[in-house]
Amino acid sequence: MNLDDLEDLAAKYRIELGEADREIRVCVATACHSSGAPGVIHGLNAAAAEPPADGEHSCRIKGVGCMGLCSVGPMVAVAEPGADLRESTLYREVAADDAGEILASARKPGAGPVARLHCPSDQPFFARQRWIVRENSGIVDPDSFKGYVAVGGYAAMVQALTEMTPQEVINEVTTSGLRGRGGGGYPTGLKWSTVSKMPEGQKYVICNADEGDPGAFMDRAVLESDPHRLLEGMAIAAYAVGANKGYIYIRAEYPLAVERLKTAIRKAKRSGFLGNHICETQFNFDVEIRLGAGAFVCGEETALMASIEGGRGHPRPRPPYPAEYGLWGHPTLINNVETYANIAPIISNGGDWFAGIGTEKSKGTKVFALAGNIVNGGLIEVDMGITLRDIIFDIGGGIPGGRAFKAVQTGGPSGGCVPEAHLDIPVDYDSLKTLGTMMGSGGMIVMDETSNMVDVARFFMEFCMDESCGKCVPCRAGTQQMHGLLDRIAKAEATRADLELLEELCDVVQATSLCGLGQTAPNPVLSTLRYFRHEYEEKLG
Amino acid sequence: MQRERPDLPSNDKRWKLVNATMRRNGYAGHALIEALHAVQDAFGFLDEEAMTFVADSLDLPLSKVYGVATFYHLFMLKPQGRHACVVCTGTACYIKGAGALIEGIEARFGAAPGETTADKALSVLTARCVGACGLAPAVVVDGKVIGKLGPDAFCDRLAQEIAE
Repeated sequence: MNLDDLEDLAAKYRIELGEADREIRVCVATACHSSGAPGVIHGLNAAAAEPPADGEHSCRIKGVGCMGLCSVGPMVAVAEPGADLRESTLYREVAADDAGEILASARKPGAGPVARLHCPSDQPFFARQRWIVRENSGIVDPDSFKGYVAVGGYAAMVQALTEMTPQEVINEVTTSGLRGRGGGGYPTGLKWSTVSKMPEGQKYVICNADEGDPGAFMDRAVLESDPHRLLEGMAIAAYAVGANKGYIYIRAEYPLAVERLKTAIRKAKRSGFLGNHICETQFNFDVEIRLGAGAFVCGEETALMASIEGGRGHPRPRPPYPAEYGLWGHPTLINNVETYANIAPIISNGGDWFAGIGTEKSKGTKVFALAGNIVNGGLIEVDMGITLRDIIFDIGGGIPGGRAFKAVQTGGPSGGCVPEAHLDIPVDYDSLKTLGTMMGSGGMIVMDETSNMVDVARFFMEFCMDESCGKCVPCRAGTQQMHGLLDRIAKAEATRADLELLEELCDVVQATSLCGLGQTAPNPVLSTLRYFRHEYEEKLG
Repeated sequence: MQRERPDLPSNDKRWKLVNATMRRNGYAGHALIEALHAVQDAFGFLDEEAMTFVADSLDLPLSKVYGVATFYHLFMLKPQGRHACVVCTGTACYIKGAGALIEGIEARFGAAPGETTADKALSVLTARCVGACGLAPAVVVDGKVIGKLGPDAFCDRLAQEIAE
């Protein structure tokens, strides 16, 4: 199959799916799903049982992935086929009873939106985003293989398989400047090239979908909204590095994502887009899902591999890196969900196109999960290099309830808190590091003046203490001791010597822990000490 | 030579589900976590009989099965209540009052995180972020996410779910 054949197939699917004048898209990702989206779809279908009158628009009702503004779900979009979110009429907090009104307005030519529920799509929340990873999110039906192909899905994979050598694929990824979206920011092209240079033989491709950082749900949204995008990215990666088997390690806490992914794999296999002789080429690639079981440390790559092998999720020292000695001792490529989701557009549009977006050292866009004390909570995808202030006050709409901003926490339990004074820094891998925090996987928790920073540090330390796997002493015992000290400080029972001990422990645990969990566990303490030391001092006896 | 598989521990049909999962994975030892998930889905928790059966079927030492079962937070070694209420204690929910929810649940139903009520109606658990931060504070009740409720409103809703 070549690109022309695929385009024919896409055209066929578009006809099969039925052309309608308008689409009514209902978000069925987790937040909207549990706020009542299935009822809304049911209501719309019931209302649509009555056919449109003469001269009215025909409407197709479909469930789609995440539209981003999760805090006001269920979201519904009325759009011309092929239109994106900005070109749609959006509705917020829709209930099943509103279905008739929305359908009537969608059908009637020239009718205005239902004012009561209308959510302007030209507000900064939507206007300032750029969708690459989330291109299809909120537009395609995540359970429909045909729907994905119809919007040009799998074209990048077919192009890579039929028109490019593995080396050309790697070159394109290297040119793009894409860096790992799981938080570390390792250059993706370099990682791919290391695995591809390993001697021929069994190699594996792994997708790390063990999104454990509290407050981060970007990967979940990709998996629930556009699962085929991930599979396409993984297949391209496997072709580039010479692997024929892939694993997706996903949290069991994401049942909806697991279901959608299973459906996607089954449908892609049945249509010959996964499995043996993909699209009638010589390339074979099979994907299996592996469920996590609630262990944060399994997001660390060596612990993740131990878990796929069926054991306890204990990390091991690196080197050797997985690229050399990975799953069952074979060379293994591990990337994050968002990293794979960037691959298809890079292949289709070229590495130079991607490299033109973002900052000098951080290319492309990044998806962030905005949560906490913020007006517009949800998912956003923005160019690298945007300032934190723009994200929080323009896109996020600021702090609710007239309270004052205090800090934004990025990078989860490995990151830190950024105070007001540093909000004008551009968001990229390197600038965030200079502030003592990190990009992390993309969770962004906004805190207002009512939050106490010692409490926040204690919260994260408790998290790391619970999640420490117990293999190495500095992390196992250190997190315990640091939590004890923070607890005493928070309860105003500590002395100055305790604070000094805490700082010393931060240093030791950071320097001597085996894996990332322990090495970064002190970060929330260090960063709150750096910017909010007075809050600690106030509590000392 | 094909190794002999152990007999199912009893006539309980749920063992067949467990066995089917292991067969689908070719009785591979590395699919241990999948097998344990299957046991937990079928029985609600892992007891010694189940762990022994899985160990024999996959040709693994029982110590390894027990080690894995106790390492991962999701696996339960004790029977659970008829309803499960998982309070998210991720950062966003923490900021929005997950602590007050936990206290409210304990005051109303008499079960702290990790405990089951005396009448076995409800187990209270916590999770580190269920990824529904837009609905913070979020609670997963029997697989359904319930969000944006204060302690009192939530407890009323929970009582209603249990009564159904």
